[in-house]
Amino acid sequence: MFSSFMTNAWTVATIVAVIAGVVGFFVVLRGAAFPAHAVPNGAFAGAAAANVWGFDPLVGLTVCAVLAALGIGTLGRRGRHDVATALALVMMLAVGAVFLGLSQEYEPAVYSLLFGEVLGVSSSELLPVAGLAVICLAAVSVLYRPLLLSSVASEMGEAKGLRSYWIDMAFLILLALATAMTVPVVGALLIFSLMIGPPAAARACTGRPGVAILLSVAIALVTVWSAIALSYLSNWPVGFFVGVTSALDYAAGRIWSRWSRSRDGDVSSPH
Amino acid sequence: MRWFIEPGFWSSAPVQVALAIGGASAVVSAVVGVFTVLRGQSFAGHALTDVSTAGGSGALLLGVSPIIGFVGLGIIGAGVMDAIGVRRLRGRDLATGIVLGASIGLAALILYLDSTSRATTGATQQILFGSIFTIQSSTVPVVVGFGVAALALVTTLYRPLLLSTAGPEMAAARGVPERLVGVLFMAAMAVAVGLSSLTVGAILSTALLIGPAAAAIRLTRRIGWSLALAAVLGVAACWVGVLLAYDSYYWTSAHRAVPVSFFIVSLVFCFYLASGLGVRTRRHAAGRRAGPDPGTPVPGAGAATRRQAGA
Repeated sequence: MFSSFMTNAWTVATIVAVIAGVVGFFVVLRGAAFPAHAVPNGAFAGAAAANVWGFDPLVGLTVCAVLAALGIGTLGRRGRHDVATALALVMMLAVGAVFLGLSQEYEPAVYSLLFGEVLGVSSSELLPVAGLAVICLAAVSVLYRPLLLSSVASEMGEAKGLRSYWIDMAFLILLALATAMTVPVVGALLIFSLMIGPPAAARACTGRPGVAILLSVAIALVTVWSAIALSYLSNWPVGFFVGVTSALDYAAGRIWSRWSRSRDGDVSSPH
Repeated sequence: MRWFIEPGFWSSAPVQVALAIGGASAVVSAVVGVFTVLRGQSFAGHALTDVSTAGGSGALLLGVSPIIGFVGLGIIGAGVMDAIGVRRLRGRDLATGIVLGASIGLAALILYLDSTSRATTGATQQILFGSIFTIQSSTVPVVVGFGVAALALVTTLYRPLLLSTAGPEMAAARGVPERLVGVLFMAAMAVAVGLSSLTVGAILSTALLIGPAAAAIRLTRRIGWSLALAAVLGVAACWVGVLLAYDSYYWTSAHRAVPVSFFIVSLVFCFYLASGLGVRTRRHAAGRRAGPDPGTPVPGAGAATRRQAGA
């Protein structure tokens, strides 16, 4: 399990978990679960295109994920946000399906792009992934205050107008960058689980944003590591373990928050 | 006409089945979709498509018809989502997302088992992206039966659904059993999603559910009209999509047909974009006359919009 060919997988999975834990915290805070599910599907189309024309998958992933984010942001500005997200999502998926249809190896390619494949990480891919991760973390630290403020404010039904639109957009692009590098490992359909389950559990445990982010990263790490280990042992797809473990994280968080609320008699728990 | 409709289109048996199934599922999805959009439940609708992905692949594993798996697990998923509280506004997206994520994980496992334990090549493709031309004609009565049941359910729920669309407080004041209506509507949604999963594939079926309905709602404010218009748009997208896919076989010398689902989803997407343009030019023509936003067709639909504001 820890032999040399698995080293890359473990390294990338660790980076993925850290990014998903950090970005996921804001996804949960902003209630952006649907966009977080939609943007990776744009990345799926990009990876499929790279598959056909033979350019670097990471380029395809990044470009198409950003395009999907811009599309969702622009369409959502006019009309219903969730409708725009849903339609952008299926459109990108359909485009990806056509691209994959053009390439020769249809079935395995579809499967590993949608549901993830841990073993398919080469050493040359490590550096770009690490670079993207650093960009993401830098973006989060720059946007930390505005993101936090606008998330809280929009929850109270206030922040409207241009400013919140730009923060929304910045957030979507951050989401796109974060998903671009996670798609090849966890798969387009399942990154989003990782961005929801661990942060939701973390938020249920603590109300302080800094602590919640750290906790969320820790839970995401445990989730991804155990998913890879189980996948390695059972030969079952890694996506299955990520999806189910994330749901368990969420359930545990809910039980924890209910239990601690009943213990403290405190009604103002974050969930 | 010959340049548009390739020879043999009408006489081909798979095409006839495809037109029948596509038409039926488009009508059901469009009608259910109008209420889905008005209630702000697009995400829940999409989550059901992923639940039915797991159902469809499970059906392949067990060797029964995919439609049974699509609809069956969809209804179970609807129940689970209700149980863990997708009704409550706060944290609703989160609960929906968790069900969605868990069911995709399950789908990943079942599709993996499909491809390893049985000789079902192309299971992933068939379930996820649909293969309407390979459906047996014996499926048509089943599809029609499910469709009629879903439409009957929506017709029965018509008034309470409209009331609860106008806001939960108002519905409660009129004595609408909000939770019961919600669960039954989710069941109708699961059936609609199951049918369109058969047509365009499980992870694309959101297109037929949301797209035509959203376009129609933008174009007309009257609920009756938007139901009719959504059905027309949905059926048009399906049938033209089937036609284009059939034609596309002759487009390239390699004779590689482009998937039907791609055409249907693209058409739906174009309808939605065009409806936005239509609304804007109309608003432009109306000048600065202050009026309600055309995006909110029924009084109180603002509540649905507000509910999504956090998303």
